[in-house]
Amino acid sequence: MTWDANLHAGVTTLAETGNAPLEAARELTYLEAIREALRYELRRDPAVLLLGEDIGVYGGAFKVTQGLIEEFGEQRVIDTPMTELGMIYAAIGMSFQGFRPVVEMQFADFISTGFDAIVQFAATNHYRWGQPVPITIRAPGAGGLRAGPFHSQSNEAWFVHTPGLKVVAPATPADAWGLLVSAIRDPNPVIYYETKYLYRSLKGPVAGGEAGLTPIGVAALRREGEELSIITYGAMVHEAMAVAADLERAGHGIEVLDLRTLKPLDETAILATARKTGKVLIVHEANRTCGVGGEVAALIAERAFESLDGPITRVAAPDTPVPYSPPLEDAHRPDAAKIRAAAQQLLEY
Amino acid sequence: MELPTELLTQAHYWMRLTRALDERGAFLHKQSKIIGGYFSQIGHEAISVAAGLALGPDDVAAPMHRDLGAYLVRGLHPRRILAQFLGRATGVSRGRDANLHGMGDLSLGLIGFISHLPASTGVIAGVAHAFKLKGEPRVAMAFFGDGGASQGLAHEALNWASVFQLPMVVICENNQYAYSTPLARQMRIEHIADRAAGYGMPGVIVDGNDFCAVYEAASQAVERARAGGGPTLIECKTMRMRGHAIHDNMAYVPTELLETWARRDPIARIEALLRERGLLDDAGLAALLERIDRELDEAQAHAEASPYPDPSEVTQGVYAQ
Repeated sequence: MTWDANLHAGVTTLAETGNAPLEAARELTYLEAIREALRYELRRDPAVLLLGEDIGVYGGAFKVTQGLIEEFGEQRVIDTPMTELGMIYAAIGMSFQGFRPVVEMQFADFISTGFDAIVQFAATNHYRWGQPVPITIRAPGAGGLRAGPFHSQSNEAWFVHTPGLKVVAPATPADAWGLLVSAIRDPNPVIYYETKYLYRSLKGPVAGGEAGLTPIGVAALRREGEELSIITYGAMVHEAMAVAADLERAGHGIEVLDLRTLKPLDETAILATARKTGKVLIVHEANRTCGVGGEVAALIAERAFESLDGPITRVAAPDTPVPYSPPLEDAHRPDAAKIRAAAQQLLEY
Repeated sequence: MELPTELLTQAHYWMRLTRALDERGAFLHKQSKIIGGYFSQIGHEAISVAAGLALGPDDVAAPMHRDLGAYLVRGLHPRRILAQFLGRATGVSRGRDANLHGMGDLSLGLIGFISHLPASTGVIAGVAHAFKLKGEPRVAMAFFGDGGASQGLAHEALNWASVFQLPMVVICENNQYAYSTPLARQMRIEHIADRAAGYGMPGVIVDGNDFCAVYEAASQAVERARAGGGPTLIECKTMRMRGHAIHDNMAYVPTELLETWARRDPIARIEALLRERGLLDDAGLAALLERIDRELDEAQAHAEASPYPDPSEVTQGVYAQ
């Protein structure tokens, strides 16, 4: 697929860093990239450890952590009781004694049971008494897998609204690797939204090594164009790329900006693309109201208003729980057809 | 067990300092120098001082808002505490957090608490877990109350501590009321320590107004945790002798209950013991109180002379660099 090739062409940042990768680039699935990032950090830094339900002996509900307990032992790959709240609080306490815990939520949906620990304790701690909380919380999120209201949520906006947290959402195997390593090394609590839909459906080159890190707070321009900007993240990057390729055949130049980090937003990249094309379409799987798209739209309205040639437009899920039945979920979840329709309308404005 | 003279004398100083600092804060609140909420810990001195003294210098504690004594015993200076109360840049949280909240300083083995009790109990489980993973002979101590006992996290953290057999001591301050809610509305059982059996850990009940009883129970639990014996839940029975915060006249507490507990005042009890053992007389007490008063005068002067935080820094420090 042309969009696939195009996507991967923009992925690596090796040329920018000028460093040779420590490991040869490999083709990995999105899921394998997450596992290899964990392995890389577990090998590099004895302070890194993993906490989660069923992550050790069983290898994780999605097998992301498969094989890690065998390599690193049960002192570093820790199967826990079923308590997201207890797990995140424990991670905070461990971080106070020099560890860098990576906590797995079995599904992003379950992060709500650990909410206090994240937004009240971890997020505020450095501001309050100056002690950093270097923890990473992996949240397998988003839909398209017929998993129903409690295994399909895109709840990242809860945390984007919370001062003191960082939130990342990789769309490619390279960024799944590079953002996870960066998250683990960050001295702040980072929520890492991984997209279950991409786990095994997406494969791509992963540079690995120190040159393969993706910096937090930097978006990636996946495709350049003159007429319209699609700003998105996660699985929707791939839908947007398909739409852009399709519209290119119809003679339209579409730019696609993959946010990669949702907090802090890469304001420079967002404003640059908005000023360049004058037409902005924001896409996310999360529901519309107070989603990340609202913040991106407000930023552009405040700081690039004079460059706009059309209304800032959003394609997002409607404000409902994520439904189970395939026709309902398809109606709920943004996809290439919905993005294309909105893009067409905006192009014609 | 008869506790050593030096320990009792030391404990007496800390308990008196704790109460005097508490009263000094209330006085400053009356003068509108401290604004917002103010929490008195009067009646809790035996628990916080004894639990704090039971720990070693490398151990870690997460006291709450009625554990002023534990902060002091761990080495947090009254200067920093009063500056914190007054919202000054030299306070523990540099004006970011209010009253006794957020008074964390890991160099003193102190974790600052948040209002969402018993949050620190979960954090302490992680600290204890870290000690165990590193093979360090250190102990982590949590504090929570009868109100916090009703939260799911109390269960989750105690269960975690037991499953992993962590070097952790949990001090439960059962002071009969959570804000205006009496114990009978929190639970259908008389003793919170009975819940320890459900986690597979020892549950100990002590008179929380008796320094010696709390110290002995806490020391044994600390020793056991340090030796790899796992966590202990210690329920200290006491009474909150003031309102939830300074605005609360606690009209909902029966007067007889307060009178009963006033007769069990922890400071009066340790002083009676010291007198009985010939370690304290009227002159000695007067000298101690004067010394404490001078210390607090100095601390207050320092706090009042300290600058407020610079408003231009309001957005700084949200993230670690």
